[in-house]
Amino acid sequence: MVDDGNIFEIKDFSIYYGDFMAVKNVRLDVRSGRITAIIGPSGCGKSTLLRSLNRMNDLIISSRVEGQVLFQGVDIYHRDTDVIELRRRVGMVFQKPNPFPSSVYENVAYGPKIRGVKKKSQLDEIVENALVRADLWKEVKDKLNESGLSLSGGQMQRLCIARSLAQEPEVLLFDEPTSALDPISTANIENLLQELQKTVTIIIVTHNMQQAARISNYTAFMYLGEMIEFGDTDTIFVNPYNKLTEEYITGRFG
Amino acid sequence: MNGASQRALEPFALVRKKRFSLKQGFFLSLIRTFGFAGAVTLFIILFFVVYNGIHVISWDFISKPPIEAMTKGGIFPVIVGTVLLTALCMITVIPIGVTTAVFLAEYSKPGLLLNTVMMSIYTLAGVPSVVFGLFGLGVFVVMFNFGMSLLAGSLTLAIMVLPYIISTSEEALKAVPYSFREASLACGATKWQTIKKVVLPTAMPGILTGAILGTAKVSGETAPIMFTAAAFFTPGVPRSLFEPVMALPYHIYVLATAGTHIEETRGIQYGTALTLIVLVLGMNLLGIILRSRQRKKKTW
Repeated sequence: MVDDGNIFEIKDFSIYYGDFMAVKNVRLDVRSGRITAIIGPSGCGKSTLLRSLNRMNDLIISSRVEGQVLFQGVDIYHRDTDVIELRRRVGMVFQKPNPFPSSVYENVAYGPKIRGVKKKSQLDEIVENALVRADLWKEVKDKLNESGLSLSGGQMQRLCIARSLAQEPEVLLFDEPTSALDPISTANIENLLQELQKTVTIIIVTHNMQQAARISNYTAFMYLGEMIEFGDTDTIFVNPYNKLTEEYITGRFG
Repeated sequence: MNGASQRALEPFALVRKKRFSLKQGFFLSLIRTFGFAGAVTLFIILFFVVYNGIHVISWDFISKPPIEAMTKGGIFPVIVGTVLLTALCMITVIPIGVTTAVFLAEYSKPGLLLNTVMMSIYTLAGVPSVVFGLFGLGVFVVMFNFGMSLLAGSLTLAIMVLPYIISTSEEALKAVPYSFREASLACGATKWQTIKKVVLPTAMPGILTGAILGTAKVSGETAPIMFTAAAFFTPGVPRSLFEPVMALPYHIYVLATAGTHIEETRGIQYGTALTLIVLVLGMNLLGIILRSRQRKKKTW
């Protein structure tokens, strides 16, 4: 994907849970075709911010937002926004691998099927494509009919990535995708993300600073709901502007 | 300091004091006795029914209608009656119960409406079954003019077992991990698609288990069908929904209390009871097997 400016523009955006302000007046531009990492200590609002980008926060009854999130120039919190279409174009992979309790094939075909793709040959193609892109095809091509829950943790997570890719999303949101995985599976996923970056914009929330440093182009540091610093990953990690950022990345708190 | 506290702890950790073990032993044996008593009671009842009933059970007993004022012959129409009543009841109650459970588990928001519905369900579950019988008599038999019939009886049973079906289905739906719903919604599915394609199929074994145990419960009920469906005697199996039927529990009741040949029909009474128990136990067993299977399969 060519870098064609900002895919997300977050403007003075705040998220409340009841009276609690979880995200405070955040401004952030997400460059298209790049990997943007959001780091920060537990409870800093980074997951909340991520989940607001495809409106998964809507599921929490008491949540409410202020400000704007523009996706390709369109305000996703506008009344007329088609949330379903938004979630197709902005996919999400969760912390704990969560394949459906059905076969590998059915897991990947889920999205296309609910969108009305019926032809077997077309579905086969979509499934194979997505699994290849998620670097899982070689491992599962002979057990497409086995339960998705029978795979290993790392494979399950790649299955979830394939499930999202089957929707041809423009953005993939990753919410600490490797925190439940072993180091080898983590390395696989990291390589995969860098491969995927060529075709999809990636935003990843991570606890793991090395991970952010290894794979991302841009890094945002959040603390207590506020966006403390945002910039090139190299700059953030080598020469941070803010004292708090420096203290966090050098491991003095967090 | 560390060493001192360790020394102080040692006697507790290693040497049990006598009075503790006495007290513990007493309660442990008490608990064992009561637990054992429960099992023994069940086996006494089972033995009693099997011992008295087994000799009348034969292919003829199961496949022939009663003859000579029900003092001889089999119980075929009685079995058919119970099966029909139960089946019709389940066909009616499962869609209503599961839909209600979906509403409660997936759509309702905490508030007055939810509280009212929940309260009603709990209360309904505690109403004695004879009250349902009277309700069925008043509403289905008289008001809707169904008469004493298969239809009136199965609807009455349906209302009786409704709270049970709702609560078991709701439990099954709530046991579906939130992460499945999240994953489906993140794929761009609507809420209804999520429920239909992910939540309901995942909860299905649990819902089925509840339905089977509910079926077992319904098939043994006497009071709800006494005034609404059960006939003292019918010559054959019913040919329409508006005919009364014979049913196993009611047949036992009739033979044991209201007949003119109570002593003569003891064998048939026990045979009928045995048939009913086998039917109910079989269904319970099926429910238990289904449930343990689904527990084993559960890996999330």
